[in-house]
Amino acid sequence: MAIHQQLLNDFQRDFPLSPTPYADIAHQLGVTEDEVLTALRELVDNQSISRIGAIVPPNSIGVSLLAAMAVPADKLEEIAEWVSSLPEVNHNYEREHRFNLWFVVNASHDGHMDHVLAYIEQQTGLRILRLPLLEEFHIDLGFPLEFVGAT
Amino acid sequence: MSARPLGPWFTDPRDPALFEALQGGLPLVPRPYAAIGEQAGYTEAEVIERLREWRRTGLIKRLGVIVRHRRLGYRANAMVVWDVPDDSVSQAASLICQYPFVTLCYRRPRRGSEWPYNLFCMIHGHDRQRVESQIRQLIEGCEMTAWPTATLFSTRCFKQRGARYVPAPGAVSLKSIEPV
Repeated sequence: MAIHQQLLNDFQRDFPLSPTPYADIAHQLGVTEDEVLTALRELVDNQSISRIGAIVPPNSIGVSLLAAMAVPADKLEEIAEWVSSLPEVNHNYEREHRFNLWFVVNASHDGHMDHVLAYIEQQTGLRILRLPLLEEFHIDLGFPLEFVGAT
Repeated sequence: MSARPLGPWFTDPRDPALFEALQGGLPLVPRPYAAIGEQAGYTEAEVIERLREWRRTGLIKRLGVIVRHRRLGYRANAMVVWDVPDDSVSQAASLICQYPFVTLCYRRPRRGSEWPYNLFCMIHGHDRQRVESQIRQLIEGCEMTAWPTATLFSTRCFKQRGARYVPAPGAVSLKSIEPV
C-alpha cells in the first residue's frame, strides 16, 4: 500500500524525462515497473489521480479567465453541467456565496475568450463576473499530502 | 487579460498536438513519451527534448502526478478574498505565501460594489473547522484584520481537468439550454 502513497506524494514534480520513467520510478522505490504501472492504474481508476501531466502557468498558452455567476439555486445543477460541457472550461465549482458558480475559461486569444463568455451569458441569461489574473504570487510546488486516516 | 501569441513555446507546427497529447495525460505504458510522440509526429527523443525545453523555459511549471485532492479527502477547499489597498497588495501576498497551507495566491481586479475584492488565496484542507482556524491565523498573522474579507468554501466540484489548448473556431457550437 505504501507504494500508492509514495506515488501520490513523491512524483508530483520532476517526473523523470527518460524513455522509461515508470521503470526509473520503480527502481527508486525498489519495486518492478509492472507494480508501478498497476498501482498508477488503480489510482487513476479510483480517481485519486487526475492524470500524469503538466501544470502550466495561467495565460501561457492562449488566455484564461476566472469567471463567476450568480445562478438561481433551482437552475444550478443544469447550468453547471452545461458550463462543464464546454471544451473551454476546465475547472468548475459551486461555492458558498451569492456568486455560487466559479469556473475557469481557456481560449486561444482574446476574441475567442469574448466569444465564449458572450455565448455563456446569452445561453444562460446570466451575467459573468470577469476576474482575470493580474499577478500570481505563489509558486505551485505540488500538493503535499497528509494521509490522515487513509489506508 | 492580454492577447498572448502561442510562442515562444510553440516553435514547431507539431507542438500544439504534442501539448494536447500531454494534457490528455501521460499514458501508463512502458514508453509513454514514444506513445504521445506518435500522436504528434515526434520521435521519443524529440518529445523528451521538447518537454525538457518547455520545463526549462517555464511553459511547464511542474510535470508529474496531478492528484484529485477532493478524492483524497481534501474536501474543505476555501477561496479567501480581501479588499487590500493597491499599494499593500504585494506585501500582504508575500506574508500570505509564507503559510504552508496556502496553495495559491493571486491578485485580480475588483468589480464594483458587488465584488470589491482584489487579493485571492486558496486553502485546501481535510476539515472545515481546521481550515477556518487557519484562515483566522492567516488574517491575524498577516495583520489583515482591517480589510474587508470573504471566505467561499466550495461545496461541489463539477469539473476538474488540465488546461487544454482549444482552437478558436468551431468550439462553441454546442447544445443549448433553456435560458433562465
